[in-house]
Amino acid sequence: MKAALFATCLGDQFYADACADAVRLLRYAGVDVDVPQSQTCCGQPAYNAGRRREAIRMAHQTLDTFDSADYVVLPSGSCAGMLRCFYPDLLNSELERAQDLAGRTYELSHFLVEVLGIQDLGSGLKGKRIAYHHSCHALRELGLRNQPLSLLKNCGAEVVSWEADEECCGFGGLFSAKLPEVSAAMADRKLDTLSDVDFVTSTDGGCLLQLSGRGNRRRLSVQFRHLASVLWEGVGL
Amino acid sequence: MSFSGPKHYRAESAKALKDRPSVRASVTSATDTFNANRSEAYSQIDSDLWRDWARDVKSHALTNLDQYLEQAETQLLANGAKVHWAETAHDALGLLEEIVRDHGIGTAVKAKSMLSEELGINEHLEHLGVHVRETDLGEYIIQLIGEPPSHIVGPAIHRSLEDCQRLFHETFGTPLDDGPDALAAAAREALREEFLAADLGISGGNFLVAETGTVALIENEGNIRLSTSLPRVHIALVGIEKIVPRLEDVSGLVQLTSRAATGQPIGNFFSLIQGPKRDGDIDGPEEVHVILVDNGRTRLLADDKAWEALRCVRCGACLNICPVYRQTGGHPYGWTYSGPIGAIIAPGMLGLEEAMPLPYASSLCGACVDECPVRIPIPELLLHWREKAVEEGLTPSIESAGLKAYTKAAERPGIFRAAGAMLRHIPLDAGGRALPILSGWVKERSAPESSAKSFMQQWKEGIE
Repeated sequence: MKAALFATCLGDQFYADACADAVRLLRYAGVDVDVPQSQTCCGQPAYNAGRRREAIRMAHQTLDTFDSADYVVLPSGSCAGMLRCFYPDLLNSELERAQDLAGRTYELSHFLVEVLGIQDLGSGLKGKRIAYHHSCHALRELGLRNQPLSLLKNCGAEVVSWEADEECCGFGGLFSAKLPEVSAAMADRKLDTLSDVDFVTSTDGGCLLQLSGRGNRRRLSVQFRHLASVLWEGVGL
Repeated sequence: MSFSGPKHYRAESAKALKDRPSVRASVTSATDTFNANRSEAYSQIDSDLWRDWARDVKSHALTNLDQYLEQAETQLLANGAKVHWAETAHDALGLLEEIVRDHGIGTAVKAKSMLSEELGINEHLEHLGVHVRETDLGEYIIQLIGEPPSHIVGPAIHRSLEDCQRLFHETFGTPLDDGPDALAAAAREALREEFLAADLGISGGNFLVAETGTVALIENEGNIRLSTSLPRVHIALVGIEKIVPRLEDVSGLVQLTSRAATGQPIGNFFSLIQGPKRDGDIDGPEEVHVILVDNGRTRLLADDKAWEALRCVRCGACLNICPVYRQTGGHPYGWTYSGPIGAIIAPGMLGLEEAMPLPYASSLCGACVDECPVRIPIPELLLHWREKAVEEGLTPSIESAGLKAYTKAAERPGIFRAAGAMLRHIPLDAGGRALPILSGWVKERSAPESSAKSFMQQWKEGIE
């Protein structure tokens, strides 16, 4: 089985180790991983800002990059949602290619569970108390809820209940910079409803930047880790 | 306090968060209750099927609006009601003024109506020397305080129990520790006199039935029933988008709206108003006036995408679930309709420039679209208005320039990576203060730490 990893722009710069862990995880699962060198950004920052023209250009770049990949795997629900849900509309001049790409695109935990049929990675998370943040786009665009949770639990982790686990963290890309006060209050709602855990994890780097940035500013001791690294630890090698 | 327009959204929301933390606490707690109740109420029915049906009924009515409005007018007239058409708020206030003068109105009671808030009915009545009293408990509270509503369904949602205890203590002398029931009883006693003395009752209308000329009203407190049946004149203010073809459509819509709004199978009171008192009726007004209001609605209808927002039944579900709205309540949005629905109808009804920055007052989390009883594609419409804002040059030029440059780089992987490598050596906390796009970020959060080596670099060196 071959798959291309789309590290995403945030992943490349801020969650590089998690992307590397995603490669390790996929290889461990028997996947021949490729990282096409022409990958950059899926275009979501422009798309969400209303700059459709720029978003289309970045979507083209991405479409060309992953044309020959059997599968495209992303350590991000948000960017995976962009390719799966919005490219066919953005790239309607090349609808067939866009739909084809959408059908081959998966967020990491989605790929592990649905394509590779993996339930048990190992037992490396035994004794860990983890809170899982459902990123909005993984949850609502891709419909992912149980996939990451079951992988974590099957690695021995206790996923604690969290009243606000399905609420938006307040990142929203440009939103966090345009309306920082409301955005921070949204993060506070998440942070203030957290119980005592070893760390918080999520599949989206954007959410993790937001939550950890706010947590650090408030000098909270809670740790935030990307799902790819947590699952790699879950393998327990 | 009155609304000063959406343009101060950021400053007003920041101020609300900083100066009045009790607003956030009250709104969060009340919307948590709304959400739990709605979720339970949706689970009791095949809510997907109901919502598809409601979407189709409302869309059908909107795409045949002219025909159904004429039919409604004919039926209303046949029922003995008087029908008026108001293209603007100014027209509606003029019609109101005529009725007030013709009937020598000195006092008015009002049932809760967001349209009356939109039109500024209270201010105008006061200007005409009419004593006007809100009779919905939440509306009554904010009228006493002198505030506009903060929520479509719960206008005083931003006020805590302590706020109300203090207000009622000062107004009626009730003990400071009176509970909600005792406070409601005090309000009921005061309002009873107002109902009995009023010359005029003003209501909105949840639905207007074309085939029968019926104004349908949902409520929980009985104040709408009293406002529309005790005074000698009743004015119903109805937005033209409230039309539905048949009475049996209302039977489904009233249930779905109640479930979406408060989680009830149906509101405690449900009134179907068919015109003035007839011979033999014990009570009811001598005259019923229905004012059909446009005030920007046909402008919204003309938009090829955003017209779908006119399906809105004003249940408030999108506000309750919205993590943005929940932090501040409705006041920072700067006009009558707040939250996600307010952000998508403002550009159509007020004009896009006037409505800025509301289309951006969302993280596009998509929670609202899962709850809307008439399936308005809210995130899609927020994006639609953002795209129009870009086309019309209404977004900050620094943002446009930044995203254009970013796009250019993203099309050239070598440059993209070189730029990324360079940025990783700039301390973002310091850089953030200088770069407008990042200053917002570091204002409320610590700057993100870049990875020691980019992933692409690690890949090139080989991943073990």
